Amino acid sequence: MIRTTAVALASLIFAGATASGTASAAEVGPVQIDQSRVAFVSKQMGVPIDGEFRKFSAQLSFDPAKPEAGRARIDIDMASIDAGSAEANEEVVGKNWFNARQFPTAGFVSTGVRPLGGGKFEVAGTLTIRDKTREVLAPFTMTAQAASVQFDGSFVINRADFGIGQGVWADFDTVANEVQINFKLVAAAKK
Amino acid sequence: MPRSAAAGSYTTTAVALHWLVALGVFGAFSLGLYMHELPLSPTKLKLYSYHKWAGVTIFLLALIRLAWRATHPAPPLPDHMPRWQRMAANATHHLLYVLIVAIPLTGWLMSSAKGFQTVWFGVLPLPDLLDKNKDLGDTLALVHKTLNLSMAALVSAHVGAALKHHLVDRDDVLARMLPFVNNKKVAQ
Ligand code: HEM
Ligand code: HEM
Repeated sequence: MIRTTAVALASLIFAGATASGTASAAEVGPVQIDQSRVAFVSKQMGVPIDGEFRKFSAQLSFDPAKPEAGRARIDIDMASIDAGSAEANEEVVGKNWFNARQFPTAGFVSTGVRPLGGGKFEVAGTLTIRDKTREVLAPFTMTAQAASVQFDGSFVINRADFGIGQGVWADFDTVANEVQINFKLVAAAKK
Repeated sequence: MPRSAAAGSYTTTAVALHWLVALGVFGAFSLGLYMHELPLSPTKLKLYSYHKWAGVTIFLLALIRLAWRATHPAPPLPDHMPRWQRMAANATHHLLYVLIVAIPLTGWLMSSAKGFQTVWFGVLPLPDLLDKNKDLGDTLALVHKTLNLSMAALVSAHVGAALKHHLVDRDDVLARMLPFVNNKKVAQ
């Protein structure tokens, strides 16, 4: 009883914080992949280039009243990469980059979530690309709509940490080390 | 006596701009042909950027050149030229002016449509005038290439005509566009 009230109160406060009006999702339902996006921005010769992964799956469980209990897992099909042009797509699935034949998937598994206040949170987790696993921290926001909940966040990785871009691509004067990952995950609101 | 149309010559600025643009065009043109054939590599990405930076620089020089031309008329063509030659010369010059503006412009638009923004010398981002659109990008690449090939043909005719003036007609048409030449002496 007390728990239900607390959740209801927290949801109300959360709804106010994100100013989205109808926010009432205590927990989220299945991820709506077609509305979600895992994208990235790399820099070539100082020019930002947009890319994304067209195929991935995601499982989320999140309750803004108990963010610490939140969990997320995202699996990405590396062959589905769109790095900005046909020529780039051919290149980046190859050995020097993601080596998609040997490492067909990359994945993120959360290890914890903490609230940052003001409708913001931060998820910690491990990111595995190729044969390298690294700890990452990603701040994100949650926005509740009438029938869905949207999570938006971004973080920066160093491609060299994962062995992405080897051989002639290893130095950073053409392709920068820093790559920004942007994600948008939309999940059905669970009433 | 300063160089001017009245004195039967191009101004020093007009001459300088003509040769700066010509040099830039030869460079960007050769680089464009070369880089296009390379397999993807860091070198290719660098050359594409250099090509774009050079092209945008030429674009700016071309605009300055047009503004200069609009305010400083060209010297009249020699009297011995028949009507068709005058018309051909005028048409070629007009087309060349159009091309040195249109070629960089299509390069810029192509880059926007292909989703590769142009950042001049890696410092100054030019606005993307078009949204990313692969088909449009491919079309503009073809337009860029076609305009370039047309310009190559026109420049060949242009150079041929200049040499003919100098070697066959023995008039001052080439000399008055050359830097460091005192035309009055050459023209006698
Ligand atoms: C007067 C200036 C310029 C000249 C003479 C020039 C010339 C050329 C030539 C000859 C090519 C090779 C075409 C082919 O073989 O398909 C080319 C390609 C290209 N140019 Fe330019 N260009 C100029 C300006 C620009 C500018 C300002 C940009 C962009 C900001 C640009 C972007 C490109 C790109 C991206 C390609 C490669 C197209 C592809 O890969 O299909 N160019 N250029
Ligand atoms: C990409 C290369 C070039 C471009 C875009 C170009 C463009 C032009 C244009 C637009 C004019 C007309 C100037 C005016 O009356 O306002 C002109 C004049 C002239 N150009 Fe070029 N040109 C190029 C290369 C050359 C080269 C390589 C030569 C060397 C033979 C040359 C020789 C001349 C001469 C002699 C004139 C003066 C014609 C006259 O006195 O009426 N040009 N050029």
